[in-house]
Amino acid sequence: MTANSLLKVQGLKTFFYTEEGIVRAVDEVNFHLNPGETLGIVGESGCGKSVTALSILRLIPQPPGKIVSGQLIFKEENLLSLPMERMREIRGKDISMIFQEPMTSLNPVFTVGKQISEAIQLHEGVGGRDALERAVEMLHLVGIHSPKKRIYDYPHQLSGGMRQRVMIAMALSCSPNILIADEPTTALDVTIQAQILRLISDLQRKVGMAVILITHNLGIVAQNARRVAVMYMGKFVEEADVQSLFGDPLHPYTQGLLKSLPNFYKDSVKKDRLEEISGVVGSLLNPPSGCYFFPRCRYTHDICRQKEPPLHEARSGHEVRCWLVQEGVRF
Amino acid sequence: MSEVLLKVEGLKKYFPVPGKIFSSQKENVRAVDGVSFEIQKGETLSLVGESGCGKTTAGKTILRLIEPTSGNVWLRNVNLATIKEKELRRMRKEMQIVFQDPYSSLNPRMTVDRIIGEALSIHGLAGKKDREEKVVEVLEMVGLGAEHLYRYPHEFSGGQRQRIGIARALAVNPELIVADEPISSLDVSIQAQIINLLEDLQKRLKLTYLFISHDLNVVAHISDHVAVMYLGRIVEMAPAQLLYQDPRHPYTQALLSSVPVADPTLKRQEIILEGEVPSPINPPPGCHFHPRCSYRKADCSNLEPPLREVSPGHYATCFL
Repeated sequence: MTANSLLKVQGLKTFFYTEEGIVRAVDEVNFHLNPGETLGIVGESGCGKSVTALSILRLIPQPPGKIVSGQLIFKEENLLSLPMERMREIRGKDISMIFQEPMTSLNPVFTVGKQISEAIQLHEGVGGRDALERAVEMLHLVGIHSPKKRIYDYPHQLSGGMRQRVMIAMALSCSPNILIADEPTTALDVTIQAQILRLISDLQRKVGMAVILITHNLGIVAQNARRVAVMYMGKFVEEADVQSLFGDPLHPYTQGLLKSLPNFYKDSVKKDRLEEISGVVGSLLNPPSGCYFFPRCRYTHDICRQKEPPLHEARSGHEVRCWLVQEGVRF
Repeated sequence: MSEVLLKVEGLKKYFPVPGKIFSSQKENVRAVDGVSFEIQKGETLSLVGESGCGKTTAGKTILRLIEPTSGNVWLRNVNLATIKEKELRRMRKEMQIVFQDPYSSLNPRMTVDRIIGEALSIHGLAGKKDREEKVVEVLEMVGLGAEHLYRYPHEFSGGQRQRIGIARALAVNPELIVADEPISSLDVSIQAQIINLLEDLQKRLKLTYLFISHDLNVVAHISDHVAVMYLGRIVEMAPAQLLYQDPRHPYTQALLSSVPVADPTLKRQEIILEGEVPSPINPPPGCHFHPRCSYRKADCSNLEPPLREVSPGHYATCFL
């Protein structure tokens, strides 16, 4: 933990109170984000990565959800204890977010220019005309041709890649310190995905913001993040810098994920069976005792069933939640 | 030894677009625009490309789930594109499809026993007595069992549902399986399970796969041959190894370079394409790819490059 981190998340717990029981969607998550860096959060569907993101902006629908405890220290303020009014000032200005589905996250009945300038007017206190001019600049910045015309377009007139560019323009219009990108390219084709990822990293360098990149795609994280956290059933199971996570993964889940991925650069074509992680992700309504991953783990020991492992710093800057690593067993 | 199971010749599928009222001019979406390839028995050919390139339509037209506009589809010596409805139905047991979304492709009101058994009854492959036995047999092949017979789709996870979808396809003992993005809606840790299952079944049953996917990492793993589609046409086709090691078409090169790879140490030249895929209603003249191509020459916008053999077994449609 460096002293100058931009955002510190400590002991974050977000639960959902459903008819079937309590779902501990995010359970004791700790991390920090330094200025200008990219933190990748990876995991499979339902692991809590999006809920973590929404919790940071306090956008959890309540009920059924609730941020039960924790601290979100942003610029010496705890976001969780701020009044909603102050929170609204922070959203979109200091911390903004782009979502997976650019069609549903834009309002279909307003032009994109109107939608982008609305945020600018609100946060920067400028007039409508100035805000619209800024919107044109933003569209130009995200690489949309003839932005002066495009601001009068409605979302349905744009393609998926263009819509995501509009979302990015909107998110960056007030020069935020943090951009949370939740599966920003999942709905897009690979060639467009490459364009959007390049755009985000170019803009990041230009304006110096930090990015939290949330995705299920390990390839995207490997090529875009500086540090990576792997989530499994609401918890961080491993966190490290990108080189060390991909070069020497310690958690059996991370190892399994990486081995199960076909990679056309590493292997020759048409080769042996892929390694599998057996079973399926457990239910958060009825999680296993001990380590949440043990039912699928190939190295299970007695202690794994009985007690939940803590996050343990195996090497400098490389944390892992596994009893075996903690006890020095190598596998 | 090698034996061609499926031969597709000049397959086209145009969808008419409703034009302006009173206009006699008809426009078409050229979803599949002259596609030809062959698959050897027991092998896997993958059709890859981005959304809207026509790969799914090609798959469905081959099975005649969609009527082709023109072209021939030879399954051994039967031309699927021209046979009569009745004969086509008989042929259905030779060719089956596995769909992308295991949630919407299984009838939620049927138990597994009926989902899989129905096809057996229709094709007269099982009577009342041995039907259950046969269903259990295919369930076991895909890693499920008799205990799953009387459950409904909602009781299963995504990976298990895809196993049911595969079992349903296998039940009638087909030779050809068209697998349309069979793993793209599954979680990462489940994908490997399904890929391995498909490969094991192929070895065991000598199945032939037409694998449709946009995931180039998976395609590299599973394919013998790969065909890359762009705007309804095959732009490059080669044995998998050759295509990945020595892609010739600028589109394939760009596609390969933009696939995210889980290796932060990998240094490669990313080719970022400009613009987006144009509309298949009015595709660009000449080479469909020329507006986005960084190597384009004057000819590319006038002349259509033919599919040319650039090295043995390796075809590309590019003048370069």
